[in-house]
Amino acid sequence: MYRYDQYDHQIVKERVAQYADQVRRRLSDELTEDEFRPLRLQNGLYLQRHAYMLRVAIPYGLLSSKQVRNLAHVARRYDRGYGHFTTRQNIQFNWINLEDTPQILSELAAVEMHAIQTSGNCIRNITSDEFAGVAADEIIDPRPYAEILRQWSTFHPEFAYLPRKFKIAINGAVEDRAAIQMHDIGLNIVRNEQGETGFTVLVGGGLGRTPIIGSEIKSFVPWQHIMTYIEAIMRVYNQYGRRDNMYKARIKILVKAIGIEEFARQVEAEWADIKDGPGTLTEEELQRVSAYFAPPAYETLSAHDLAFEEHKADNKAFANWIKRNVKPHKVAGYASVVLSLKKTGVPPGDATARQIDFVADIADRYSFGEVRVTHEQNLVLADVKISALFDLWQEVKAEGLATPNIGLLTDIICCPGGDFCALANAKSIPIAEAIAERFDNLDFQHDIGELDLNISGCINACGHHHIGHIGVLGVDKDGSEWYQVTIGGTQGNDAAIGKIIGPSFAATQMPEVIARLLHVYVRDRVEDERFVDTLQRLGIVPFKEHVYATPIETGLPVGEDTYA
Amino acid sequence: MREIIKDKQVVQDDWSVLRLQEGETAGGVAIPAGKVIVPLTVWQVQRAQLLARGDVGVWLASDERPEALKDDVGALPVIAVDFPKFADGRGYSIAYNLRARLGFTGELRAIGDVLRDQLFYMQRVGFNAFATRPDRNIYDALKGLTDFSEAYQISWDQKSPLFRRVHRGTAALNG
Repeated sequence: MYRYDQYDHQIVKERVAQYADQVRRRLSDELTEDEFRPLRLQNGLYLQRHAYMLRVAIPYGLLSSKQVRNLAHVARRYDRGYGHFTTRQNIQFNWINLEDTPQILSELAAVEMHAIQTSGNCIRNITSDEFAGVAADEIIDPRPYAEILRQWSTFHPEFAYLPRKFKIAINGAVEDRAAIQMHDIGLNIVRNEQGETGFTVLVGGGLGRTPIIGSEIKSFVPWQHIMTYIEAIMRVYNQYGRRDNMYKARIKILVKAIGIEEFARQVEAEWADIKDGPGTLTEEELQRVSAYFAPPAYETLSAHDLAFEEHKADNKAFANWIKRNVKPHKVAGYASVVLSLKKTGVPPGDATARQIDFVADIADRYSFGEVRVTHEQNLVLADVKISALFDLWQEVKAEGLATPNIGLLTDIICCPGGDFCALANAKSIPIAEAIAERFDNLDFQHDIGELDLNISGCINACGHHHIGHIGVLGVDKDGSEWYQVTIGGTQGNDAAIGKIIGPSFAATQMPEVIARLLHVYVRDRVEDERFVDTLQRLGIVPFKEHVYATPIETGLPVGEDTYA
Repeated sequence: MREIIKDKQVVQDDWSVLRLQEGETAGGVAIPAGKVIVPLTVWQVQRAQLLARGDVGVWLASDERPEALKDDVGALPVIAVDFPKFADGRGYSIAYNLRARLGFTGELRAIGDVLRDQLFYMQRVGFNAFATRPDRNIYDALKGLTDFSEAYQISWDQKSPLFRRVHRGTAALNG
């Protein structure tokens, strides 16, 4: 993975000093809270309901075991002993004191980490495929480009005060695991007919209040020109994106308002000035950064391991885990392992300091000392020998990280919601927990099969509810918390926005709503259709009719009708 | 006379900034004698006589276009860009385009809600003068210009990205 050189160290160190001085000035009232807010946000520090939350950047989700241990240390020393992994492959600490933040950032800098641009109206952490470099369907490893763009976007002087936040994702595989169609800029690495590498560029995708799939702005930008092309997009957006209404300030609204053709024309005009200029990426720089992502020292192994096959045949629990949590690897004899942070009873994405330390330890012993964070809020050991899977499973199971539910109903994507977040309209974690408890039976979950259930506590859609096969959105009605349900959303190559099924529900009704949706699926599915396949074949009507056919007990004195 | 930061130093400044008051119009407003920076709209209406004076500059609001001054960049001694609030970042792109696209070489001044923590970025995109907010210590603000000693990417101040300027190597691979 990428390592800091003297320049990276120097820049991050100077940032810590700058930020420490900003905190000092805030505490001595030389800065007002209004002035300090955008400064701390650009350093990942939010004021939440109970305390400050610090969001630490995990560039494209990649961590060394040393960094992981440092995160455990931060959780233990400065938080309440746990951290929360996010849908943008970062980690958040929810109980932070402002006075401690300079010291935390200084300790993170020592292990080549920072919180730069993890919030605020700037270019955020660039996300990518958690299986980059190991996926069997990879065309080109996106990580060197992600790192090059990370450096380019870090402290870009012109784009620190954009109309709104700006998110870039890169995919380099056949299957898009980075949700590029849902980003302000989505990059798909491709080869053209001449065999040259370049990017198909999408712009104006996003979730939030106005969910929109990104539009293709250019089918092929040669790799050398990707930075100047993105610079041109940013320059158009910075000047013309709306600033009068924060809900209409994302680039998607600008692209929609003037149309993709006109937007593309303006970008071309800006690009003409800078294309082929000094900002053009060089072969030497690409080689330099790529060297950090060279494959680790894989052993030459057989694709089959007899003992492994025997364990799988003898042990149903192990076989279930293999089926759901272990993914194919491009090198024979290796596999990628997903560690589930979705155990029933634990908020999705949360891990304790002990678990985080444990993950660092097994990364060292089983997977070349590297860990990845997924946008589904799980962790990955990317390079595990198949012959070691049984031993690893036993260890992981003992630490509560082996729930065999990856891609299943209880692998719920969920934002922190109203329990923590000041923006939320409603709680989201208790909904996830109630659903997980109701469907805790693993045989039932495996029978239901692949199902993306996403929960957001407000319209900002941190839980990506629009692209869940089942999406749940917390809404506020006259001061009470209600939940709106969408179905039919999908992520990946055929990304789609889910459709609302009808009036919203009380929290206590939600497990039964899910049960009724699943009932229609089980009743009407043919052969090995997934939930979303049945839904696409039948449309939403039978699901909707069944959910609303009879009243659902609320356990509350007031029903939905009162508020309808 | 007030103080501004110009070319990395605190200096006395004898330019005044004209802002239209309610009821004043671009054509009707009287332009005071002496060095004055007028709004773009005033410049556009009274251009002929103001150009002849030689001691008039123009300021752009954040929703105005630098191209509006494309015929004047050679003649204007100073162009200012207004930051109505510091979170409004349009002025950074306006400044960049005034320098890079229109070739303005005179004094480029940031006015309005200009504070210490923006100055590093502002100087990178082409500003060389900063009328920092008068309620803050200008010597304190001056420190903002030196927050960082290196930058990864190109902008107006640095025409070559870090990867072209220095040999970075892969020594950290073994670190």
